Amino acid sequence: MMVGVATTPQQRSGAHVRELRRDPEHGIVAGVCAGIGAHFDIDPILLRIAFGATTPAAGLGVVAYILAWMLLPAGEVAQPSRAGEIARTGRAAIEIALGAALLLVALLLGLRRTGLPFSDVLVWPLMLVAAGGALLWRQSAGRDGGRDAAAPAAAPMQEAAQAFGATESRPVVISRIGVGVTLVVAAALVFLQFTGALAAATDVALAALVVAVAFVVIFAPWFMRLATSLSLERAERIRSQERAEVAAHLHDSVLQTLALVQKRAGDPREVAALARRQERELRSWLSGARPGAAGERRLAAARQAAAEEIEQAHGVAVDVVAVGDAPLDRDGEALVAAAREAMLNAAKFAGDAAPVAVYAEAGPERLEVFVRDRGPGFDPAAVPADRRGVRESIVGRMERHGGRAAIHASPGGGTEVELVMDRAPS
Amino acid sequence: MSAAPRVVLVDDHELFRAGVRSELDGLVDVVGDAANVADAVALIRELAPDVVLLDVHMPDGGGLEVIRRLAEDPVAARFLALSVSDAAEDVIAVIRAGARGYVTKTISGADLADAVRRVHDGDAVFSPRLAGFVLDAFAGSPPAPPATPDADAEADLDQLTPREREVLQHIARGYMYKEIALRLGISAKTVEAHVSAVLRKLQLSSRHELSRWAVQRKMID
Repeated sequence: MMVGVATTPQQRSGAHVRELRRDPEHGIVAGVCAGIGAHFDIDPILLRIAFGATTPAAGLGVVAYILAWMLLPAGEVAQPSRAGEIARTGRAAIEIALGAALLLVALLLGLRRTGLPFSDVLVWPLMLVAAGGALLWRQSAGRDGGRDAAAPAAAPMQEAAQAFGATESRPVVISRIGVGVTLVVAAALVFLQFTGALAAATDVALAALVVAVAFVVIFAPWFMRLATSLSLERAERIRSQERAEVAAHLHDSVLQTLALVQKRAGDPREVAALARRQERELRSWLSGARPGAAGERRLAAARQAAAEEIEQAHGVAVDVVAVGDAPLDRDGEALVAAAREAMLNAAKFAGDAAPVAVYAEAGPERLEVFVRDRGPGFDPAAVPADRRGVRESIVGRMERHGGRAAIHASPGGGTEVELVMDRAPS
Repeated sequence: MSAAPRVVLVDDHELFRAGVRSELDGLVDVVGDAANVADAVALIRELAPDVVLLDVHMPDGGGLEVIRRLAEDPVAARFLALSVSDAAEDVIAVIRAGARGYVTKTISGADLADAVRRVHDGDAVFSPRLAGFVLDAFAGSPPAPPATPDADAEADLDQLTPREREVLQHIARGYMYKEIALRLGISAKTVEAHVSAVLRKLQLSSRHELSRWAVQRKMID
């Protein structure tokens, strides 16, 4: 009936711009409904339902469909945008799946009427397979469309593909695939159940499972041992590398110093200075400050270097206590230079008395260094003008860089040089 | 204190124990020594000394482990940490566990005896280095509002008062308590009180930065 209407010559050659063709590109079986729908601007779903509905009537729908399939020439039909959109939306996919299933049911029921021996065993699983398969195929076809969007296909199709890509979210796609897979698997199970093959399949699956478990039990310890021994070997390699590094360092530093100490055993001052230098070096090495590590110069490191230099040159212990650190800028360099001069002074005049104590604090607002000795002390006022050390190297240098220096000295109580540098707000 | 304090020495280096024993001879009463954690715990329980000189670093857990094991059934002894190790995180950990102070092993015999006596009397003993560590540990937190020593109970545990900072800075600069008192115009007892308050804060503060301090410090440096 519809096919008849559709094939009337006048309509085929009439005012319709779109030719009546099958459209396998957009169809489900042979594109009959899609082609007709596009031609008459009808939702192809409706046509499919109509075919399905007329099928039980002595297989009319199926016969009509097959006729149309044979009569209509295949060809690409410019899909009306509305139909294209509907076909490509998620809802359409479900509808199409349903339609395919119904169509099949119709076909099978129709065939049964003709006396062919189709039992329920075949009907219901096939219906499920049809629905699930339609969903899955639809999905993969949709993805292809999205990928081929750049191909010179019909413009509306491109749009549709783009719309498809844009409107389809991942969860939707996944859930649709999930539903499709579930339907197909359910169909397979139902079929197997009905035919009694499920029991056999269960036996096979059970056997496979048992074999797999046996394999795991047999080979798991071996695998684990292999993995453990690999990681052990790796750890051992790392450890031996570390050991080699430590050995190399000890050889270069501690053993050398011990040799020196033995040679200079007669000079307690020298020996003490050597021991302290080595201790300091070893300590900084242990705390992870590898020498030669590239990077910006830091205030604490520069100060430490100055203290060590003084200690080495004058054989006086210099105890540095540092709080905080800062990048070394020009002001910081001046501060370190002044501190170095103060330490030098302290080392010279403190003599063998208790160690020179250096306290340095790098706070957010200012940098401070205190250099204190327990020497005989001196009266700042009594320092002659030609003593460049204190006046120029310490006080003058600090003032040139916007800092200040103060000398607290009291006879008998030692001397303390206080250096303060305000930090530039940055 | 009239009687010389009874001291137990815990250190895994025999040479060092012998050296300290001879240095302290006649100044304090060294009643025993131990070379490992298990022996130390047993010995301290047996002898009940006044002061325990505790090495921070020992193979089986060090001073921290000794204090922890004794803490299950607290003893009267006070702990003074003694170490060559200046690893700040170790020192701070021992202090937080309950040691009353920390001195380096390079300290002279007379100074060490003096420190033992002060710990015995209930004072805190901060070496310049420990003062530096503590200032570093509390750095970054704003100063606590000035509190009078008797109002200290309510003071914020996570912060140092300006006065406490000042005292600590002087210790770090190498001043003796008496000298600090003189310079700041306060009594030596008040200096002691400030140091004890700092010790208490250090031990009681739950400040996240303080417990995680070592890690943080390494990240900043």
